[in-house]
Amino acid sequence: MIIRLAIASLSARALTVGMTILAIALSVTLFLGVEKIRTGAKTSFSDTISGTDLIVGARSGSVQLLLYSVFRIGNATNNVTWESYQEIAQRPEIEWIVPISLGDSHRQFRVMGTSTAFFEYYQYRQDRSLETAEGALMDDLFDAVIGSDVADTLEYSVGDPIVVAHGLASFTEHKDQPFRVSGILKKTGTPVDRTVIVSMEAIEAIHVDWKSGAKVPGKTTPVDMIRQMDLTPKAVTAALIGVKSPLQTFTLQRAVNDYTEEPLLAILPGVALQELWGIVGIAETALLAVSAMVVVTALIGMMATIFSSLNERRREMAIFRAVGARPSNILGMLVLEAMLTAAVGALLGFCFLYVGLLAAQPVLDSAYGIWLPIEPPKWREIGVVLAVIAAGAIVSLVPAYRAYRLSLADGMMVKS
Amino acid sequence: MNLRRDDPILNMSGVRFQWPGRTSFALNVPAFCLQRGETVLLLGESGSGKSTLLSLICGTLQTGTGTIAVSGTDLAALSGAGRDRLRAEQIGVIFQQFNLLPFATVSDNILLPLRFAPNRRSRTKMPFEEATRLCRSLGLPDDLLGQRAASLSVGQQQRVAVARALIGQPPLMIADEPTSSLDAGSQNAFLDLMFGQLGEIGASLLMVSHDPRLGDRFDRVVELSDIAMIEGRAA
Ligand SMILES: Nc1ncnc2c1ncn2[C@@H]1O[C@H](COP(=O)(O)OP(=O)(O)O)[C@@H](O)[C@H]1O
Ligand SMILES: [Mg+2]
Repeated sequence: MIIRLAIASLSARALTVGMTILAIALSVTLFLGVEKIRTGAKTSFSDTISGTDLIVGARSGSVQLLLYSVFRIGNATNNVTWESYQEIAQRPEIEWIVPISLGDSHRQFRVMGTSTAFFEYYQYRQDRSLETAEGALMDDLFDAVIGSDVADTLEYSVGDPIVVAHGLASFTEHKDQPFRVSGILKKTGTPVDRTVIVSMEAIEAIHVDWKSGAKVPGKTTPVDMIRQMDLTPKAVTAALIGVKSPLQTFTLQRAVNDYTEEPLLAILPGVALQELWGIVGIAETALLAVSAMVVVTALIGMMATIFSSLNERRREMAIFRAVGARPSNILGMLVLEAMLTAAVGALLGFCFLYVGLLAAQPVLDSAYGIWLPIEPPKWREIGVVLAVIAAGAIVSLVPAYRAYRLSLADGMMVKS
Repeated sequence: MNLRRDDPILNMSGVRFQWPGRTSFALNVPAFCLQRGETVLLLGESGSGKSTLLSLICGTLQTGTGTIAVSGTDLAALSGAGRDRLRAEQIGVIFQQFNLLPFATVSDNILLPLRFAPNRRSRTKMPFEEATRLCRSLGLPDDLLGQRAASLSVGQQQRVAVARALIGQPPLMIADEPTSSLDAGSQNAFLDLMFGQLGEIGASLLMVSHDPRLGDRFDRVVELSDIAMIEGRAA
């Protein structure tokens, strides 16, 4: 009966209680949403590369190498010479090696030069390989395979001509060598979706008339002549490596790091990711703290409404006292009401979260490649809800104690 | 709890009360006694201290001096929780108005005291049926029980308050001007119904009022000024 009375009392003040519930619900949605995006982003990142044992590039930070080689974030400061690449590729530990050449762009998308081995060995989400949705892999020198986002955004289909710009976000386009879309990849949820893939030779071909980053004035080698030229790459940006046995990973890593001809760096993708989490960990914690503060703010709002309702509820408390309730019963009732309010708010917040997920899932996926799974609540999230209810109870103790004092003083007589 | 049957239901002696921080008003009750089953009308002007006296009896206000014994138990000997328990078990209370929780149903209002009074609860074998029976005897239609108290007329609310005061058969009923908010016609009907139910369970009644015309049906009519010395009456 007491719970029924609490519900009746709350619904009699539906408007203010509703506002309080809404505030708590939104704050809980925010908190759980931040948590979802955080874990979703982590899995998306971890899912981007799998099956690769080592990544080799010019010596820089390991996080930097991981970011530019796999996530296409930032740029390489230096390249690895083709000779060094060849030498590493000859090593006995190597099962497979895929060169990557970055630095050019097509509209807002990056162009990556690589070999067809890339399509064979690159894996994401544990063990998935790249597949073409339409067309075929590169065959001709000027063939390009595009990711699904590239195709969707630019509305390209197989056979369309495209022009590659040298450098990133640059207006100087390599007008002379028109590429052709030979294939479109299936969606992967990785940066591959936003990449234009061409052969290593194609990257060389683009730069025939260029010297140290600038076009040689007046020089335009016709396409036919380019096809006759030796297009062996001069450098690679990075290389993805698979080793024969996991035990050899560290031997190879040490060998690359100790390479004497030029300063190189070999990283284990998983270790570099851990390092990355370490860096973003502070921001993550800050974000979580802020959203937790929003929940606390909503609960303090609830405390304020309880406080302001106390005066008009003195008669109600006098009635309870007249039928034999102790002041502590009145305290308990207010805490119970606060817990109900917080519980409804938290559960509603959960509903908002799922609605929000349904709406945001495709957007986040296409814009950021972050896939947020819609799944039943985890223990951690249930824990959050219970914590909100408990915090609601604790926060309500302050006005409830005031009600206790008031009802002790008022007794059955409310001075009006 | 000492519940000797021959104890008076209420026995006050040497009680002196003053509101803390106020010197202008003081209530002195040298001796006042109410027998079991007795109905007493206590008359006094507005501001003379009637409600204060009832709060003292109910144990929500405390005196520094004298004794107030309800059913033979001295309130001063009890803790706050003990006094609340004694009130819950022994006393049914009705005010002038605002007796009911407006948001709760009539039946929840009537059954509310049982929540705080286990003995009254165990005496009431079937609470909901008992509430229905009380409502019927007080002339309230059955379909009222499920309605919110706020939707009732003042007269109906006062009768529901009687039902609540009497559920579980407490030995003492205390009424603070329960008829003042009713018009003259319904005052009599209300008192008839209330006295009918009181007689059935043999409970005592201490009712205060400023209206001497109600005196006929009571065993005893007492002027507050006869049993109490009131100092510095408020204007
Ligand atoms: N909570 C209170 N604090 C201080 N004085 C009070 C309080 N309640 C009532 N009084 C004073 O006590 C006196 C008696 O009031 P009350 O018992 O309500 O009289 P009655 O019920 O006979 O009209 C009045 O002077 C009133 O102002
Ligand atoms: Mg009064």
